[in-house]
Amino acid sequence: MASTRRGALGQLAVGVRAMIVLTVLVGVLYPLVMTGVSQVLFNDNANGSMFQVDGKDAGSDLIGQAYTRDTGQKDADGNAIMEADPKWFQTRPSAVDYDAGASSGSNLGPNNADLLALVEERKKAVAALEQVDESQVPADAVTASASGLDPHISPEYAALQVNRIARERNLSVDQVKQLVEDNTQGRTLGFLGEPRVNVVTLNRDLAELN
Amino acid sequence: MSDTAAGLLQVGLLVLLLAAAYRPFGGYMARVYSSEKDNRVEKVTYKLLGVDSKADQTWAVYARSVLAFSAVGVILLYLLQRFQAQLPLSLGLPNVEQGSAFNTAASFVSNTNWQGYVPEVTMGHLVQFAGLAVQNFVSAAVGIVVAIALIRGFSRSKTDRLGNFWVDLIRTVLRVLLPIAVVGTLVLVAMGVVQNFSGMHEVTTVAGQTQNIPGGPVASQEIIKELGTNGGGFYNANSAHPFENPNPLSDIFEIFLLLVIPVCLTRTFGVMVKDKKQGYAILGAMGTIWALFTFSATFFENQGAGTAARAAGAAMEGKETRFGEWASALFATSTTGTSTGAVNSMHDSYTALGGGTALFHMMLGEVTPGGTGSGLYGMLVLAVLAVFVAGLMVGRTPEYLRKKITAREMKLVSLYILTTPAIVLIGTAIAMGLETARASILNTGGPHGFSEVLYAFTSAGNNNGSAFAGISANTLFYNTALGLAMLLGRFVPMMLVLALAGSFAKQQPVPVTQGTLPTHKALFVTMLVGVVLIVTGLTYFPAITLGPLAEGL
Repeated sequence: MASTRRGALGQLAVGVRAMIVLTVLVGVLYPLVMTGVSQVLFNDNANGSMFQVDGKDAGSDLIGQAYTRDTGQKDADGNAIMEADPKWFQTRPSAVDYDAGASSGSNLGPNNADLLALVEERKKAVAALEQVDESQVPADAVTASASGLDPHISPEYAALQVNRIARERNLSVDQVKQLVEDNTQGRTLGFLGEPRVNVVTLNRDLAELN
Repeated sequence: MSDTAAGLLQVGLLVLLLAAAYRPFGGYMARVYSSEKDNRVEKVTYKLLGVDSKADQTWAVYARSVLAFSAVGVILLYLLQRFQAQLPLSLGLPNVEQGSAFNTAASFVSNTNWQGYVPEVTMGHLVQFAGLAVQNFVSAAVGIVVAIALIRGFSRSKTDRLGNFWVDLIRTVLRVLLPIAVVGTLVLVAMGVVQNFSGMHEVTTVAGQTQNIPGGPVASQEIIKELGTNGGGFYNANSAHPFENPNPLSDIFEIFLLLVIPVCLTRTFGVMVKDKKQGYAILGAMGTIWALFTFSATFFENQGAGTAARAAGAAMEGKETRFGEWASALFATSTTGTSTGAVNSMHDSYTALGGGTALFHMMLGEVTPGGTGSGLYGMLVLAVLAVFVAGLMVGRTPEYLRKKITAREMKLVSLYILTTPAIVLIGTAIAMGLETARASILNTGGPHGFSEVLYAFTSAGNNNGSAFAGISANTLFYNTALGLAMLLGRFVPMMLVLALAGSFAKQQPVPVTQGTLPTHKALFVTMLVGVVLIVTGLTYFPAITLGPLAEGL
């Protein structure tokens, strides 16, 4: 019948009608209904797992934040040079400085000379901040994540920072250790993914403690 | 538990989930495409479309429908981007520039989902959910129905009819993709993926800085992005973004989703040709190569070769802490084996040989297990080639599934096999010859830069969409060249497959005799694996040598 005999033009007309019908169905109705249902069933998750400080949104449990302070110096482009703020647990380096409006990794290759220089520089800085030997600095502390928004660090990197945090905040080492433990997750079901510490929630809890 | 044991269990769980879905889901899809009945919603839809659902098409008409529908898709998506500022929910973003809009339209319609743009600052919510996500559904469906047409070419005889494209398309969306997407969206939101219509939300962090938290209907798009082997991220960081893929559980779920249709379609194939063992054989070849590449990539990433990776102590640049090496490599292999192109880690920062493994995996032509539909038809074309090679060895007229492979079929198969490498290698050669194109390379001064360009054209020509993302591809040259590579790499092979289907459908099946090569046994699976690796290996070996091998060895 019709649809078999149609020429190219006829097929195009069906194509236009099909695109419109499908756009209404999976392009409008589907996302609207899914958003409505998600907002009712999983309101917190659907809106980004936000947490509040003093009643105001202060970030998402899932999105990493920067814990740096202004050195007062400017770089060649006139941007403020930031340094790690020793009062906070430090996260991983980020290719986008934890700007959640533009997620990205560095995309630097494994033999890239700039990356090598960056890694060595970061290693030196972390070792100095934590007052440990460079060989003790774990890989996640000196490499940028894929998203630039990784909220997690390895338990090794968290452990490395405990003494500094206790000293800076006049807390006992045990208190800080406990806090780290509260924000540590093992592998899901015992074997999925990697053990990790959520620095965002850890620092939030740290702020509440003082 | 040791890292290795945990990693192996992770792979094991994935295989177990796929095995559980194999029979019920594969069988279900076979019933969808064999059923004579239309449900009520479908009847209304066919009336709106002006389609007679009982009218089967010849291969040429079927092919014309594929092209017409896809052409409309490209134009509509292009216009939607070009006028987004005048439309609602643009989040204040301007109209997308011409070259980028063409590239993106070609990319999403061809099921590639290569992204030359940064989504957060380019695409408003409307383009995302009413444009890009729609193509995520329908481009996946187009791939599936072409595979179904090829299966009918084998299962039917003495007919010039392959089914009705519009019926197959609507059924794929309504009966296969949409139900899974609805349930899957809620599963993802329950795991922490966001689903809202907010724009950027400014917050003051605990350290006193400001941060802009993005919003969007992410889960409803994420689910079809994986299920339809599309891969275009709602955010720039794709499935590495915590809002798209928040934890190891969502990660394994997403890997499962991007594999489930290509894997289960081999069952659909087995059921429809009334010989389930044929489906197992095809899956066996796909699975063998997938496993081989998974373990290679994991091994290389765990080795952590490279000066920068060695200095850091591990290849963690461009990887998320929650995934680490194992879950990252598993995702990388599955995404490059399926034409998905979603990433949970940045392939550009992989070790030379780990990244090279992902690159070579795409070069196999996306058949392990490949994109939705495209993986199956790609592997069936290679199976025809394998039978032909075997036939030459023993000097018999080769046949596959009781259909003779004559000169006409072999011409189509040869053209199919040559199309993608021609697009990839010619495209790469032109790019390396142009100074403006070379300027887009990030990792300059070594073989890694060449790998970025080779990866881009391999990804486009094979409709994968992942990238060695350091390359600045949002330029006039790359937007145009890669846009064309994606369209040609998608639709030329599809036309050849439909022609092949038409020519098999016309044949009278030949009786199985003592001399017939059994195509469901281990011997044939081994041959098929050999053909896949050798045919593509020889085609791309010189290019691979100049890139990842030169860097990694």
